[in-house]
Amino acid sequence: MKIHMTSVFVDDQAKAEHFYTEILGFRKKHDIPLGEGARWLTVVSSEEPGGTELLLEPAGHPAVKPYRDALVGDGIPLAQFAVDDVRAEYERLTALGVRFTQEPVEMGPVTTAVLDDTCGNLIQLATEPKETAAG
Amino acid sequence: MADDVFKALADPTRRTILDELTQASGQTLFEICSRLSTRHGLGMSRQAVSQHLAVLESAGLVETRREGRYKFHDLNTAPLRQITERWLAHDPYGPEESTP
Repeated sequence: MKIHMTSVFVDDQAKAEHFYTEILGFRKKHDIPLGEGARWLTVVSSEEPGGTELLLEPAGHPAVKPYRDALVGDGIPLAQFAVDDVRAEYERLTALGVRFTQEPVEMGPVTTAVLDDTCGNLIQLATEPKETAAG
Repeated sequence: MADDVFKALADPTRRTILDELTQASGQTLFEICSRLSTRHGLGMSRQAVSQHLAVLESAGLVETRREGRYKFHDLNTAPLRQITERWLAHDPYGPEESTP
């Protein structure tokens, strides 16, 4: 078994497409109209186009808002992305106007930071030490 | 008020939270929990950390602020100054030089 796809709820799919591709640097994989303006919109890592897809799913369900408000209030990220150098990404993304709720901090062997994806979610970036990254 | 400060400082986990807030003010609950578990081996529930923060907040040592959808915790050292001045202000010789 392997993880083929995971999802985050987004307030606005057009805004999410812009943020996840233009700002974060993912590549769009699927974009299929589902009717009533909703799209089956997925992105993949440009470093790994055959890898796990991230579905940017409309946040219309009434359960989504209270769920996300509670998590975001406590600073809890809804997804984690691996980057080679979290400090370099922090510099690059803050220059593009991205808001971080946690600046890069060494959390044991991993360095993490948390950003706002402008679509209602907090996202954690993490850099693992080189020695164990492959393991 | 002073009783609250002494009570808050009596617990080692709460002192560790203050240590971490000294390094970076303005932390979310998630960041505080992550720092306690990964940097200090203090794996505890979010609720337990929340309760420690509530004790620190009632003592005035931690202040919370809302910024849009986020909530941040800041360190406030003013209550510490008040409790040390209680004795130091009456010592005519001032604090003795101590070797670190």
